[in-house]
Order: sequence, then structure tokens, then C-alpha cells
Amino acid sequence: MVFRIGIAQIYPTLGNVERNFAHIKECIDRAKEKKADLLVFPELSLTGYFLKDMVPNSALRVDSPIIKDFLKKSLEISLILGLVEETKDHIFYNSAFFMEEGKIVHIHRKVYLPTYGMFDEQRYFSKGNKIRAFNTKFGRFAILICEDMWHPSAPYIAAQDGAEMIISPASSPTRGVRQKKKLEISNIWESMNLTYAKMLSQFICFVNRVGYEDGINFWGGSEIVNPSGEKIIKGKYFEQEMIIAEIDIEEIRRDRIPPMIQKDEDREMTIKELKRIQKKNAKKEF
Amino acid sequence: MQKKNFKELKINSLLVKKILKGFIKNETRKVGFKKVVVGLSGGVDSSVSTYLAAMAMGKENVTGIIMPYKTSSRESLEDAKKIVKKLGIRSLKIDITPMIDAYFSAFPEADNLRRGNKMARERMTILYDHSAKENALVLGTSNKTELLLGYGTLYGDMASAINPIGDLYKTQVRQLAKDLGVPKEIVEKKPSADLWLGQSDEEELGFSYEDVDRLLYYLVDKRYSDKELIKLGFDKDFIKKVIKKIQDSQFKRKLPIIAKISERTIDRDFRYARDWGR
Repeated sequence: MVFRIGIAQIYPTLGNVERNFAHIKECIDRAKEKKADLLVFPELSLTGYFLKDMVPNSALRVDSPIIKDFLKKSLEISLILGLVEETKDHIFYNSAFFMEEGKIVHIHRKVYLPTYGMFDEQRYFSKGNKIRAFNTKFGRFAILICEDMWHPSAPYIAAQDGAEMIISPASSPTRGVRQKKKLEISNIWESMNLTYAKMLSQFICFVNRVGYEDGINFWGGSEIVNPSGEKIIKGKYFEQEMIIAEIDIEEIRRDRIPPMIQKDEDREMTIKELKRIQKKNAKKEF
Repeated sequence: MQKKNFKELKINSLLVKKILKGFIKNETRKVGFKKVVVGLSGGVDSSVSTYLAAMAMGKENVTGIIMPYKTSSRESLEDAKKIVKKLGIRSLKIDITPMIDAYFSAFPEADNLRRGNKMARERMTILYDHSAKENALVLGTSNKTELLLGYGTLYGDMASAINPIGDLYKTQVRQLAKDLGVPKEIVEKKPSADLWLGQSDEEELGFSYEDVDRLLYYLVDKRYSDKELIKLGFDKDFIKKVIKKIQDSQFKRKLPIIAKISERTIDRDFRYARDWGR
């Protein structure tokens, strides 16, 4: 299966859903012109990142007119979109929707909500509790939002669940500017993407936003890494951009022959050991 | 004292320049402004802020205001003019002597601290007046070292709308200045608030910027404990003195505290980014 995937490295306006909605629609039109089959947007692309008390005001229900509009668009192009999701019982999640053929195929609710240093997500959002791969027109995918990727168990679960591509929408803030070195945070992300792609033998599609919010910059640099650990496309740092790559899912097969990690992975042992550790920790007395 | 170069404080100037230019451009645009106004002292901090602004906004959108008092050094004035000329920005000179002297004629006993604070605040009111006059944002010029040590006047030189250099230590500002092409004599001259004749930052503070920046880096950025800092070779009293300065000046880095009465109090449970909707 060969398909064209677009990455919209956008600059969302903080807490202005209307403006972002219009901008995202423009991006979708442009991606269609460029014959993309699938278009991925960053984390919270419809709302911006440091929302604080704006979370409830920027939230959307699955049956909202905006989502309906995107579902209509998904008849022509599959979409991955980051937004604040509000459930029927008014719980708010930092979510990403996969929409295709007029349907929401999958919702990933961010599991690991950074709440330290400059981050404050758990104050405003509830935690997702599932990591699942899901079937799409183009193969089996999983979504992990930004911080989810910093927990190696998350991409591991996704890969074990059969994901051929992990999509990671992100809002990664710029920091670390040592002399003669690349931006520190981009270095870490790029090493992570390469390592996961190679170790798990699947594609990693990292989609980071750009722009500023109250002096905090987001560095962009979106990329897709193939199962051999090679970058097949790289977005600019700091600039808005739309990039499009052709993906050949068969690369996974080629990477797995000769079989390396996949064939020998001892899932039973992994679960057994994790259970043992869980039991041991439960017994700890303080 | 010999200048030491600490590699932990060295920055990637190209990258920093890119981030800060974007910062000035974007944060100005978001509030619907196209111009900035900056107080030019002739020192390295205001020079760097002005260089970045000129690169970000275009020289025609930057106004540098030089605001000497009668005791201000000639050298400061000349250096400020050099920046204006080099960048080709618009500038004006406003002598604050009449305003300051008129006020202190009623308080002739006022000490240097009161006079210095008053001058800093006089300059602030001029900058904000020109902000309104020209639809220009006031650009900050306080570096991370002085912000952490509280070595600045609250609502005076610490006041601004956006501050591009507030997360760079003094020695990092110097490195950036050099890499941006700020004249050498400005980068290398003895830092001074120039509030009275012969004033020197480092004499007043009692330590050099090189030493305190390295300490602040480990203390603040790297969260080292006292024990670990001593192990790195920092003097116990020096550590204590610096921590006290940071703690004592915390109020300068915060908005005034508000007595809580209602269910939703500004900045407690009413939390929004300044870029709200922008």
C-alpha cells in the first residue's frame, strides 16, 4: 500500500477555535490540491496549547457542527486533528481524532498529561486510559500525543497492538540553546523518533506545531521516520509549513526480513515480569 | 578580575537570535502593533534588545529614546547614539533633569536610591507615553541576572510590554551582543545603571557577573542543592547572599497580591494566558 501523507505544521491561535477552524479548512484544501490521502495536524491544533481556563470554552463534543464539518471533509481526505474533547458528562480530554470516510475511526485521549515545570495539563484535563492501534484505509495506526511518547511503554503497546505507523501530534516548547549544539529539545525528540521507529520496526510520524504563546515558542521540525530509522521527510524548524511524503507500508515487511526484534519478542515474559513488579510495589510499606 | 569563560553559559547565538526575533515580531503583532519603543542607555542590555527589534521589525519600526540625567556619563550618551546610527533607527533624546530636579527640590535630603528609582520611573513614564503616542510596544531590557537578583527598579526599568532578553544571563547577553555585532566598547565596558556618577553594578552587588551567573545557572536552572554548589567550589556566604537576594526580591517579579474575597480571583482561579484568543 502506497499513500500520500501530509503534515500541517501550523501556528494555532490560542483559544480561538473559529479562527483555527478556518485555517485548518484552508490547509485541508491545499492538501487536497497536493493529492494527499491523509493530513495530520498537531496536538490541540484547533485550540492552541496553553489554554488554562479556556479549556471548557474551547471544547467540542463529538456531535458538534465543527466535527460534522470535518467528517464531511473526511470523505475526500482522511484527517487527524488535535482538540479539546468534551464528553457527555463534561469531562475534558486532550484528544486527537482520526476521521475517515465520514466517520470518527478512532479517538486517542492523551494518557500522560505533563504537570511539572512549565506544564499544567492535569489541572485542566482528564487522563486517557487506553492505548490502541486501529485500522484505517492505509494500514494499522496508533496515535500517541506528545508526552505519551516519553513513556516507552506507550509506543511499545502500540507496536504490540500491530501499529504500522505511530502518529504523534505534539506541541513541544522550544528550550535548550547550548553553543555549537542543535536545539536540545529537538535533538531529544529526533533521537526518540529514530529509536522507536527502528526498535519497533514501524513508521513514526511526528507532527509538531510552531509559533508563540506568551513568549513560549514551539519549534516545529515535524518528521516521518521509516522502519529502518531513516527520515523520509523533515519539516522546517520554527516556520509554518505543509509537507507531503509518500509512504510505502511494505517497507515494514522489508525491514522485518530478516526478522529482528518482532519475531522474538517475549510478550508473556514481559507481562509476567510487569505483574511481579506491580505486586511487589503494592506490598511496599511506608 | 580576569574574565572567565564558563562553557555551561555559552549559547548558540544563531538559534537564540532566531527565537528572539520571532518572539518580538509575533508578540507585537498579536496585540495589533507594528512598532516598538525602547529606552537606550548605551549599555549592552538595551543595545541587544534594540538590535533584535530592528532585525525583527525593520529599522523604521523601532524608536530608541535616550533619556539622560545631568549626571549621566557622556560615554553612555555617545554609545547610545552609536547604536542609533549603526542600526539606522529613529531616535530622540529627552533630558529628564528638569523633571527629576523639580521633584527633588522638595526633598533635597533624598539619597541615591530614591533618586535612582525616581529616574528609572521617569524614564518608564516617557516610554509608555511614546508607546501611546506611536502605537508602539515598550520593549524590555532587563536580563535574567538582574531580574533574579532584584537589581532593578520595580515599575521603572523593570517595566515593559515584552522582554526578549529576560531569560538570558548577563554574560549570555554579552555573548549575544558580540555575535550580533554590537560595538566592542559597549560589550566590554563596565556595567553600570548610570544613576549616579561612577556607579558600578559589580561594586554595588559585591560580586562579578561571571561568578554570579555561573552560580545562578547551577542554583536556578540546574536546581543544585547548597551542598552540591559548595562541592562545585562556590563560597558558602556567596551562595547565602545570592539566595537571600533572590528571595527578598520575589515581590518584584510578581503582580501585586490581591486579597481573595470572591470565588474567582484574578491570577488565582482566573487563569488565562496574555495571548488569550490572539
